[in-house]
Amino acid sequence: MCATCGCDSNGHVTMHEPGHHHEHNDDHSHQHKKIVDVEQDVLHENNLLAQRNRGYFDAKNILALNLVSSPGSGKTSLLERTLTDMKGELEFAVIEGDQQTTNDADRIHATGTKVVQINTGKGCHLDAHMVMHAVQGMKPKENSVLFIENVGNLVCPAMFDLGEKERVVIISVTEGDDKPLKYPDMFYSSTLCIINKTDLLPYVPFDIEKVKANAKKINHKLEIIEVSCTNGEGLQQWYGWLKLKVLLPEMA
Amino acid sequence: MHELSIVMSIVDIAQQQAAEANATIIEEIEMDIGCLSTIEINAFEFAWSQGVKQTLLEHAIKKINRIKGKANCSDCDTVFALENMYDACPVCGGHLINITEGKELRVKSLVVC
Repeated sequence: MCATCGCDSNGHVTMHEPGHHHEHNDDHSHQHKKIVDVEQDVLHENNLLAQRNRGYFDAKNILALNLVSSPGSGKTSLLERTLTDMKGELEFAVIEGDQQTTNDADRIHATGTKVVQINTGKGCHLDAHMVMHAVQGMKPKENSVLFIENVGNLVCPAMFDLGEKERVVIISVTEGDDKPLKYPDMFYSSTLCIINKTDLLPYVPFDIEKVKANAKKINHKLEIIEVSCTNGEGLQQWYGWLKLKVLLPEMA
Repeated sequence: MHELSIVMSIVDIAQQQAAEANATIIEEIEMDIGCLSTIEINAFEFAWSQGVKQTLLEHAIKKINRIKGKANCSDCDTVFALENMYDACPVCGGHLINITEGKELRVKSLVVC
């Protein structure tokens, strides 16, 4: 039973590493016809918990980043590379979200970084509640960067605020350059777009200027960084972005 | 398929509000769902048919107000109807726009007894 958040059922979500489970039902009764003005956002509950997470992160100066993308864009590879290259420069922690397996957490663990795997079961996204419990278990250090790698899905995670400071959408050049137009919500709600696998540009019909223009049509404030985790191109820019956000939190 | 999570959140909100009003029956529920929200209405209808079973919303009349997209242009201040999120300002052709309506996703009211 969860004493902190009054949480309701979360299906078959499981936490590997410290975490816990809970269930409860409520039903009440009585009479007389009336109109109840509700005016409540459907995601109100999630948004409250997200704000709670955000407060915790702010208080500890933890830069929480929600990484979202289609499956296979290279989120985990980007993290592996980042955690290895920046070891000693910044403190990191990672929350991995997948429907099944601890494969990604195992990859992150191999870099020596603190990691919790959330398995959502059949769930297609992480929500603020899952993140809250993952954070309670792992206790990320002050002044650290917390990467939250969402379930690979360019649709559903767009709706769920996790309490992150920034949302980072990753797209790889093996995908279509019209993806921002097809899946606008994710690009609309993100602040940074990383275009990954740029080493493959000579082999694929991907127009990088077109994808940037398309992304900007959806969100004119979106920052864009091009990288290749294979040959390292552009990674310094990404690392610079991270350092700036951690060192100058009040400007982030 | 986040629509099912959304329906379950609506069920939670409605049942909680009904309980606070000491009601045992929800006759009607009214919702605002913007055309630019992330809700696919067919998926929502399907999720609804399954999600409300054995809840107070099972027999409730469902009213959905679809709210059309609206934006204003930061460059030329034009207010215009936005059908797709990638639409440009019809006056200046720019994309520096701010969406002002169409992202709603809220429970408006209930009729209970």
